[in-house]
Amino acid sequence: MSARPGPPLWLLLELTYKCPLHCVYCSNPTDFARTTDELGTEDWIRVMREARALGAVQLGLSGGEPLMREDLETIAAEAHSLGFYTNLITSGVGLNEVRIKALKDAGLDHIQLSFQDSTRQMNDFLSSTRTFELKSKVAALIKKHDYPMVLNVVLHRLNIDHVEQILEMAEGMQAEYVELANTQYYGWGWANRDQLLPSREQVRRAEEVTQRFRDKVGQRMKIYFVVPDYFERRPKPCMNGLGSVFLNVIPDGTALPCHAARMLPGLEFPNVRTASVESIWFDSPGFNHFRGDSWMKEPCRSCPEKTKDFGGCRCQAYLFTGDAANADPVCDLSPHHHLVEEAVARAERPRVEEKPLLFRDLRNSQTLSSR
Amino acid sequence: MSTIGATARPALGRGFRLQWEPAQNAHVLLYPEGMVKLNMSAGEIMKRCDGARTVAEITADLEQAFGASNLSADVTAFMSFALEHKWLELPA
Repeated sequence: MSARPGPPLWLLLELTYKCPLHCVYCSNPTDFARTTDELGTEDWIRVMREARALGAVQLGLSGGEPLMREDLETIAAEAHSLGFYTNLITSGVGLNEVRIKALKDAGLDHIQLSFQDSTRQMNDFLSSTRTFELKSKVAALIKKHDYPMVLNVVLHRLNIDHVEQILEMAEGMQAEYVELANTQYYGWGWANRDQLLPSREQVRRAEEVTQRFRDKVGQRMKIYFVVPDYFERRPKPCMNGLGSVFLNVIPDGTALPCHAARMLPGLEFPNVRTASVESIWFDSPGFNHFRGDSWMKEPCRSCPEKTKDFGGCRCQAYLFTGDAANADPVCDLSPHHHLVEEAVARAERPRVEEKPLLFRDLRNSQTLSSR
Repeated sequence: MSTIGATARPALGRGFRLQWEPAQNAHVLLYPEGMVKLNMSAGEIMKRCDGARTVAEITADLEQAFGASNLSADVTAFMSFALEHKWLELPA
């Protein structure tokens, strides 16, 4: 442990794991079916008030699909009056004229709308629902209520070759920001990784198309392209280090230093039902464990870059190597880097798709929970 | 780089919010999923950009508030930077 950390600037509330979509790359845990007891409105409001008092400024309302909560407007209104900058992260399913107006009146600052692909067939296949036309309507509603149009499209092997069409769709919707975010391989994404990881050539082409599109649209549309970290040689500074700025509360009230951290073995994460946000953030072993650098092993411990990337992602280290204190194997200095290279090499080979995609739904989650 | 004239009336950019944060002892600029912590002079300039006052009026007010003179070049340079980043906009 090092000096007392700063405040949890970024508070993410995963209000529910309920979701009308069943996306194959969802970052929710595969055993979400175990989580049945969601926090009530008053609990969420208390969490926001306590976090705000510590200095939290950014609030994400996410899930699952946050619109599945009927008290979303109440929560958003309270967030606004507390002084949060409030971001709704949504698939748009359930957003209609009445609800968007209520959210606007509540003071919601920002809506990020996710799309699975530019075509109805792919959107509907990848999310295992029929939602494309509904989402297009939602995009128009967002515009009408004077929100900037921010689209998020998760990329992977099955849609990355459609980047041009995706960007054309975004342009047609007058999107101001487009985030082309490659899948992060946690949760359902990890379970489906071999089917979702694109080849290096696919990534290269997609980046090229994106750059051409940027040159064409200029300032009108800002496009972010997030490369899958498997193709990098250094790890991402995940969460800026666990317990440094990010606080996630999941539907049952468990507080986590990142969305995926509950998988890390040997760590106990506190619950907001029984502990204050202040004690969770500053005093709980779960949050203190990976602060500073005393937990690090070689090659991170003596690495001059440890202050820049904090050893990368603990969950990725655990998923690949079985030990969360190892270097993130994305780093080519990691003795386990070959595991990432092997996953990338598998993605290069054309193969028979014999393993079915695992859609994120209750039945699959129950099956995975019982393993 | 955009420049800004003395008679322009800059306002906070759409989607941005400016507020004082005691925990950081600073003005911060909030935008979708992000935050900029402003230093003291940037905070003092930004909080005066209300879409009503002109650049000249804001500069005069700052010079008076801080007992300084010749702030015009610094204020204009910061505002141009802020316009470029859409922290500020010029209402039509």
